[in-house]
Amino acid sequence: MSGWTAHLPMLPVVLPLIAGAAIVLIDDGKRPLRALLAVLATLAQLGVALWLAGIAGGLLHSPWGGEIGVYAAGNWAAPFGIVLVVDRLSALLLVLTATLGLMTLLYSLARWDRAGVNFLPLFQFLLMGLNGAFLTGDLFNLFVFFEVLLAASYGLLLHGSGAARVKAGLHYIAVNLVASLLFLLGAALIYGVAGTLNLADIARKLPSLTGADRTLFDIGAVLLGIVFLVKAAAWPLNFWLTPAYSSAAAPVAGVFALMTKVGVYALLRMGTLFEPGGRPPLFGGDWLFYGGLATIATGAAGMLAAQQLGRLAGYAVIVSSGTLLAAIGLLGNQYTPSLLLYLCSSVLATGAFFMLIEMVERNRSYGADLLAVSFEAFGLADPEDPTRSDDVVGIAIPAAMAFLGLAFVMCALLITGLPPLSGFVAKFGLIAAALEGAAGITPVGSWVLIAALLLSGLAGLIALSRNGIRVFWSNARSTPRLQVAEAGPVAALLLLCVAMAAFAGPAMDYLQGTAATLHAPQLYIDAVLHGDGVGR
Amino acid sequence: MELVYALAIGIVTASGVWLLLRPRTFQVIMGLALLSYAVNLFIFAMGRLNMNQAPVLDPSGAVDIARYADPVPQALVLTAIVIGFATTALFLVVLLASRGFAGTDHVDGSEGENR
Repeated sequence: MSGWTAHLPMLPVVLPLIAGAAIVLIDDGKRPLRALLAVLATLAQLGVALWLAGIAGGLLHSPWGGEIGVYAAGNWAAPFGIVLVVDRLSALLLVLTATLGLMTLLYSLARWDRAGVNFLPLFQFLLMGLNGAFLTGDLFNLFVFFEVLLAASYGLLLHGSGAARVKAGLHYIAVNLVASLLFLLGAALIYGVAGTLNLADIARKLPSLTGADRTLFDIGAVLLGIVFLVKAAAWPLNFWLTPAYSSAAAPVAGVFALMTKVGVYALLRMGTLFEPGGRPPLFGGDWLFYGGLATIATGAAGMLAAQQLGRLAGYAVIVSSGTLLAAIGLLGNQYTPSLLLYLCSSVLATGAFFMLIEMVERNRSYGADLLAVSFEAFGLADPEDPTRSDDVVGIAIPAAMAFLGLAFVMCALLITGLPPLSGFVAKFGLIAAALEGAAGITPVGSWVLIAALLLSGLAGLIALSRNGIRVFWSNARSTPRLQVAEAGPVAALLLLCVAMAAFAGPAMDYLQGTAATLHAPQLYIDAVLHGDGVGR
Repeated sequence: MELVYALAIGIVTASGVWLLLRPRTFQVIMGLALLSYAVNLFIFAMGRLNMNQAPVLDPSGAVDIARYADPVPQALVLTAIVIGFATTALFLVVLLASRGFAGTDHVDGSEGENR
């Protein structure tokens, strides 16, 4: 095989592992060195991810002679050894992980990484788990990478300590430990009947499973489905999310915005792979569709009811998960490109939103949001609200406030899916696909999906404008101090969303290719089982 | 043997679920530990139950696969034990931190109105 580039798929896992381990060994006093190492490792991951995306998209020379790259770890052939598989979807999510990871890392270096010990190594291990989960072609390794990312996320969630974080962390860990046990049960059941843990091999053997074996397989698959739905925060398995995300430190919550999408990825990957052999329940179809709708409803209601910006952002994550699940559940292949664009756009937007909130709230007194909304609800004049007097008209807007306000508006546009940003392009694509579906096989479901998309957007808009007005159009506090290191990453994430809207054409081309590969699972199966492993 | 094995898994799981739903953090962690034992036994059973069969092939002489146990579930159990042990230890630390912050071992960090 052609030189070291054949080993590229391994790098997204190995790089953060080595970097994280090295940072642990460096003395806490040498902070610049630790930070430098972390930034370099994350930059390298971004480079590798872009390279892999280029290869998978057919833009760069492929060292494995095809779009789907298979890396056989330890050089053991596919059904027996462990494989890492890079296709367009994996590469896309690797790029997303590295981008969001880099921005949240830069943001954290301004302040947050000093709020506790070993933030940087845990952050690298989280990236390792995410990258591994997106790359692995093996059910048990998916479990292992889930555990890696969860173990790191437990540590990161507790970063900064405090009673609220520990309480939310306790619940989060308990829920995820139970989910992990269900994952093991599901994986073991599937191994028991299919005799393999390789996803491609399972998909190949699926049609030959009949009778009791097929029932057992479906039970195992449903257990896995429940686990992925817990991760994806589907109703009614999502009550852990809002307290955990809203109490986490800002950069941690920012990168957590991606974690729910790991569940969505797993559902999408297995759902499409198992489709020809008979899709198990929960991996698509009515269960996902109605579950997704219920998730959108809970998220939208939560956004309307939220009295703190952190909780509002948590519910925004739930709405985006629900939208993805409902669209996957409707089973129309025409949804997939827009769905993936929505995934990227909503991850970047909510990630930026979590960090923005922390900057906005830095100078607010505790409970100010709660009071503001209560005053509004009961029609009382805010006793401490100086805007009641008329002599403050025409005050100059300081640059920091202007930046925060602009960023808030952009986040709101992205989250609710209003023009002109990428959130709109994605939602427009979903609605266009639904209109297509309305004339086709799923008339009722498509109209329901359109209604859910529009109504959740409206609910988000109401909630965000109300909170935005309360936060920005009151001068009850001093202007927050911003550092470039903090404002920069948020601006960069939002600019990326602008770019995704401006270059929506090329982006959709790539995503259409992604969807085409995804819905032709035989390509994946052939590449894994017959293709010569790259490590050979 | 299958019946005894299945009953054992069932009883351990049931105890684990009951403990998991209790309001004290220590009961929750015991429940999680019991559940992970049950899950480990279950994974082991997925390699089919048999006696006096080694999982490692003996290279001397002809190999008859039927006389060997499936090594994969044993490897899976080993991994699951290690991961389960680590996460339980982590949970224990969080449990102690929660006890320290809240001054109570209730899972919600405060006593309910009923107690």
